[in-house]
Amino acid sequence: MTYIAKPRIDLPGQRTNELGLFRRDYEGVLSTLCAGCGHDSITAAIVEAFWELSIAPEKVIKLSGIGCSSKTPAYFISGAHGFNSVHGRMPSVATGAMAGNRDLVCIGVSGDGDSLSIGFAQFGHVVRRNVNMLYIIENNGVYGLTKGQFSASADKGSRSKRGAVNQWKNIDSVATAISMGGSFVARSFSGDREQLVTLIKAGVMHPGCAVLDVVSPCVTFNDHVGSTKSYSYTRDHYHPALQTDFIPPATEIKVAYAEGESTVIELHDGSKLLLRKTDSGYDATSRSGVLRYLEQQRARGEVVTGLLFINSELPEMHHIYGTSHTPLKDIDFAKLNPGSEALAKLQNRMR
Amino acid sequence: MSRVNDFVLKIGTVNGTGSASANSLLMKALFRMGIPVTGKNLFPSNIQGLPTWYEVRANHKGYMSRSGRVDVMVAMNAQTYAQDLAGVSPGGFLIYDSTWPRERQMSRDDITVLGVPLAKLCNEHFSDARVRILMKNVAYVGVLSALMDIDKTILRALLEETFASKPKLVDSNLQAIKLGFDYATENFTCPLPVRAETMGDNSKHILMDGNSAAALGCVYAGATVGAWYPITPSTSLMDAFNHYCEMFRKDQDSGEKNYCIVQAEDELAAAGIVLGANWVGARAFTPTSGPGISLMSEFIGFAYFAEIPSVFFDVQRVGPSTGMPTRTQQCDIMLCAYASHGDTRHPLLLPANPSECFEMAVKAFDLTERLQTPVFVLSDLDIGMNDWMIPELEWDDNYQPDRGKVLNIEEVEKLEKFYRYLDTDGDGITSRTLPGEHPKGAYFVRGSGHNKFGAYTENSDEYIEIVDRLMVKWETARKLVPEPVFRTASQATTIGIIAYGSSDGAVIEALDTLSANGIHADYMRVRAFPFNGEVSDFIEKHETVFVVEQNRDAQMRSLLILETNTNAAKLIPVLHYNGMPIPSHCVVKGLCEHLQVEVVA
Repeated sequence: MTYIAKPRIDLPGQRTNELGLFRRDYEGVLSTLCAGCGHDSITAAIVEAFWELSIAPEKVIKLSGIGCSSKTPAYFISGAHGFNSVHGRMPSVATGAMAGNRDLVCIGVSGDGDSLSIGFAQFGHVVRRNVNMLYIIENNGVYGLTKGQFSASADKGSRSKRGAVNQWKNIDSVATAISMGGSFVARSFSGDREQLVTLIKAGVMHPGCAVLDVVSPCVTFNDHVGSTKSYSYTRDHYHPALQTDFIPPATEIKVAYAEGESTVIELHDGSKLLLRKTDSGYDATSRSGVLRYLEQQRARGEVVTGLLFINSELPEMHHIYGTSHTPLKDIDFAKLNPGSEALAKLQNRMR
Repeated sequence: MSRVNDFVLKIGTVNGTGSASANSLLMKALFRMGIPVTGKNLFPSNIQGLPTWYEVRANHKGYMSRSGRVDVMVAMNAQTYAQDLAGVSPGGFLIYDSTWPRERQMSRDDITVLGVPLAKLCNEHFSDARVRILMKNVAYVGVLSALMDIDKTILRALLEETFASKPKLVDSNLQAIKLGFDYATENFTCPLPVRAETMGDNSKHILMDGNSAAALGCVYAGATVGAWYPITPSTSLMDAFNHYCEMFRKDQDSGEKNYCIVQAEDELAAAGIVLGANWVGARAFTPTSGPGISLMSEFIGFAYFAEIPSVFFDVQRVGPSTGMPTRTQQCDIMLCAYASHGDTRHPLLLPANPSECFEMAVKAFDLTERLQTPVFVLSDLDIGMNDWMIPELEWDDNYQPDRGKVLNIEEVEKLEKFYRYLDTDGDGITSRTLPGEHPKGAYFVRGSGHNKFGAYTENSDEYIEIVDRLMVKWETARKLVPEPVFRTASQATTIGIIAYGSSDGAVIEALDTLSANGIHADYMRVRAFPFNGEVSDFIEKHETVFVVEQNRDAQMRSLLILETNTNAAKLIPVLHYNGMPIPSHCVVKGLCEHLQVEVVA
């Protein structure tokens, strides 16, 4: 993970957000990924989303595992604390960090190898615990850093750059996350900036574990004919199941929408998600319905995108544990330590 | 031979029959009579139906180790009767349930066998099937009370305290005690020559297991996040932490918890959670055993290189692999000292009893934050799960946790620029900042190569600079870890003994036996790794140094050879590794064989 400092370019007429910060304040060092890598588009979308949400950089923690995707936290929000952990173990570090300080805004970046193979257990359990974080899987179907082996998300029958045909059924992170009891599960495409930014914002504001799988083509090892994770295949089979609009708190819903064809979901901070259906009858709040729909579309080879499932009522980890609202790391030692008198009293029972 | 306040009482039962409360009743009664007492659970890796033993040693001199003797055996389990009979020391007594006849050949001339129809007595007095089984255990307490002069008023008081909220249970228990007591008084000459007698005052002592003590230490140290994956014999540590947190850490008004316990999906995740929580500034720990350390090793190396505080309790059990999960050993010394790939080394704290589990738990959090490196507390099953008599725990209300070099918001504000891995004062320890506080304090934690400014590097010189500084930090650690404890012989001697952890009791007792036979040895109990100067000096000053430990490969001896400039030939291993706590005669035997002398105990 070599890095190149990014020059700060001041352009006249740049806007600031509510905190008085420019978009460049949400950037990181220069990416060293291959030119055209889908991951860089995701990084740009993260920068835009966090800037628009006006989140203070120092309140953000950005974590990752190992792999091309996991290099990207260095490329956004340089004022945030970063944690490039070990392969497949980002979720546990995020869980611990959020256990210790629940006020942080947590974004975890992982890949298909990181989450669906070596880190499959941790992926499942962070979803199950509904840790308050945005969990992005930058999904390209291959191991890039080790030069192009199939990952567990590669579709059966998909062809590698060297011509090998994948014999194994793929693991679908979206269906998996829904089955694991996920509260927010979405899929997007690195080539759809508008949808991606909206879903990142929605995921950040969602009070629980927001899983966002982003098909992000690998230009070097998986962008050829025969690959089902290439730019052209994804564009040809791209199928938004619904449109999502993110409406910040105290903002009027201005988008015109037909009655009965949309759902408004209010989040705890007062922001709203407006889900507009494109496929008639799609209901993102029905777990069984969504799973059935995903299975149907999978058989047709379609890449279904959008905020596919949401249940904003599912309690997040601290709610279940009943943890103090003051972050644990900020509680006074005097309050944590029972003192000598309590110790003496306790020991009366040990005789 | 009369053995007053100097005996081993062993009870063989079937696990899952509720014998634990009967055994605890016996332990506490002896304790309240002022007799130094320890209780060891010798149990199978099973939930119900297999043989289990509880061994109580009462000793007026205060010896705490296993003695290897059995003076009174209560054989309640037909399945192990032959084994239990064979285990009684000559001159001892065996009590069995004579409701059913025993085979004739199962007898011994050199011991006294006493039959009590416990099942029959209980069946006649109690109607409920489950109660009959439970009361059979309480009835043998009654038998022992008569045979061994165990104070009945104390037994009554204990029952009244235990069942304060269920007075009916007090009555039935007292009835069962009376059944056993009366039968013994009517049929045998009471008391036996092996018996208890009220002696000193134990009111400044308590009975406690090491896992509870360690958990209490975590509470007092201000730990707020505990992550774990259940594993014998460390499970009771987290159970106890949960228990004490329920007691001390719930906000009285809101009911909110000032702690968070995460039962992880595996030990890998438990370690990750500990790192994440410590990274953001919450004191966090995980209790585990050897197999867990194997799994956590990836994150341990990460924490070493990225310099993240983290506390690991390894309650050691018999390895390798799954080994014998309910048996004890000191077999993870080498594993923990150098856990993970690459050049890694970690401070180890080696408690010898529950008192030190409490103290060292607190110390571990201070050290890990001061040194910004993983710290291990290496207890074992014997310390962790057995009942020890220890002096009352004390707490200094002036104690403030050492959070180490954590820069607060004002300090970060003053800096022109913050560099995570820049050593400014030469102790090898660099300053850290906490996430969520200041954008200027932001840095990137990574397990990949990094330079002193915190940036990624593949530059050889920059890499060397970091790993060499970690060795400077190691030297700082050497000054901060607990020093050894010494016991100097009454006469000048060239013989030294080194031991650590739960081997301590056996050595203390062996030293007395040996000196009574004219063999004098100085004793050093090592309490931490890295070894400080006194450890090398002790080895230097003695011609022959016995290293007593509970593993096959003499791991501490190896570590001493690797980490001090000692001559390997003068370190003589004395090893015990069958899974049972080390008895003192093993130490005596080890020394005598090498010194070619004979002693009498």
